[in-house]
Amino acid sequence: MRPVAILGIGQTQVDEHWDKSLKELAGEAAFAALNEAGIKRADALFVGNMLAPIVDGQNQLGAHIADWIGMWGSEAVKIEAACGSGAAAFRAGLMAVAAGEAESALVLGVEKMTDKAGHDVTSALATAADADYEVEQGVSFVGLNALVMRRYMHEYGWKHADFAPFSINAHANAIHNPFARLHQKITAEQFEKSSMVATPINLLDASPIGDGAAAALLVPAEKLTGRKIIVAGSASATDTIAVHARREPLFLSAAYASAKQAYAQAGVAPDEIDLFELHDAFSIMSALSLEACGFAERGQAPRLGLDGEITPHGRLPVCTRGGLKARGHPVGATGMYQIVEVVQQLRGECGVTQVAEARVGMAQNIGGSGATILTHILKSEP
Amino acid sequence: MEIPRHWRLKKQRYALIGEVCPHCDAKIFPPRDVCPECHREAKDLFQFSGKGEIYSYTTIYEAPSGFDSNAPYTVALVKLSEGPMITAQLTDVDAAQVQIGMPVEMVTRKMRDDGDERGMIVYGYKFRPTLNHI
Ligand SMILES: [Zn+2]
Repeated sequence: MRPVAILGIGQTQVDEHWDKSLKELAGEAAFAALNEAGIKRADALFVGNMLAPIVDGQNQLGAHIADWIGMWGSEAVKIEAACGSGAAAFRAGLMAVAAGEAESALVLGVEKMTDKAGHDVTSALATAADADYEVEQGVSFVGLNALVMRRYMHEYGWKHADFAPFSINAHANAIHNPFARLHQKITAEQFEKSSMVATPINLLDASPIGDGAAAALLVPAEKLTGRKIIVAGSASATDTIAVHARREPLFLSAAYASAKQAYAQAGVAPDEIDLFELHDAFSIMSALSLEACGFAERGQAPRLGLDGEITPHGRLPVCTRGGLKARGHPVGATGMYQIVEVVQQLRGECGVTQVAEARVGMAQNIGGSGATILTHILKSEP
Repeated sequence: MEIPRHWRLKKQRYALIGEVCPHCDAKIFPPRDVCPECHREAKDLFQFSGKGEIYSYTTIYEAPSGFDSNAPYTVALVKLSEGPMITAQLTDVDAAQVQIGMPVEMVTRKMRDDGDERGMIVYGYKFRPTLNHI
């Protein structure tokens, strides 16, 4: 397998884009990435998406988007792994280029979800869970995470307020990201008083959905001269689809497995990661991800937030562009936003939230309540 | 709504029929083809007692379609006394009284209407505080 580099990136703002269709959003991000790379089309297109068949009534997004962006004739396919679809598509593109099956691959995450009413979207998101044994019991996707959070607080003695730094950091960083959905600060008091979704998870623990698309263009690293962003680690792992079937419901075993593999491929240890775009769909998920990836002992991740370690100037900056919490969570596109944001950090384009001398960045994308987890490590190399 | 799908699940929904592994005696619910304990084939039916305790719980305010009219309602992870964990709604209990560790037992209740034109009603298991528990 040959090393692969990221030559171009593109993204739309995450928002309620009532005036734009799924393919128009996809086109915006795709053309931005192609323009940066200075090419018109790629050999292959990989699209990450979760909800288009349910919410937009559109399937076969590979051909649909290839058609829209003028990549007629190219190989094009959609990859689905619930909220992990974006990174799963990225990994598919990576493998195609690494294996020599394509000289260039355009990877795109896209989701258009605000056309439908709230409870329809809630139901659509729940398709990530076990249909017969979770969803039929009336548990929402938020509810599954709430069950995990309640038990976590019970076992380790944390209060709800102890999770506030995750959301506060995300909102503070998103203010400086023009592509983020939310651009306002939040306070610890607001975090405690926000309206309840599924106890103990309130609105400020949970990421907002949105429409959006993000893209990256992959090429063989050997074709580039000068400083480049290479994909140094890429791994994917799974766990049981249902939370109730897990041996340890408070441990993301697929995060542990994929991070361990990605660290080994990249030849780095957790303390060499300069920034981490983690999957903060809910504040509890930030904690579980940090623990599974070796940044905190089990049950101790809220301490990182309380000690200020997760801000852009802390020991392990996370969600430097707003994370899912404030950049927004257009589910199947989220994994590609994370990759694009790590690239921006490694290029030094992040202004106020730039992590000093960022050379190694990690992104972790989670499908469902932890059933599919992909970890990627990018490096800036001379 | 898909009638065969509900028909297929009736043993699990009405009687908590899972499996027992013929190789390692692990009790399995919901049924699955590979034993999670010893990774060998599991096909023998086993009826669970319906007794367990609450591992975690949440009260849902924003419900999925089909459940909106019941919100808020409480869902729990119930650790069955035979070992496996199950996701189920709680019933016959005030949400404020629910605690981790509380003993519960299975009952059959209406789960939801089908929300479309067929008028089908889905029944299934819920859990309530164990009656003889003081
Ligand atoms: Zn067995």
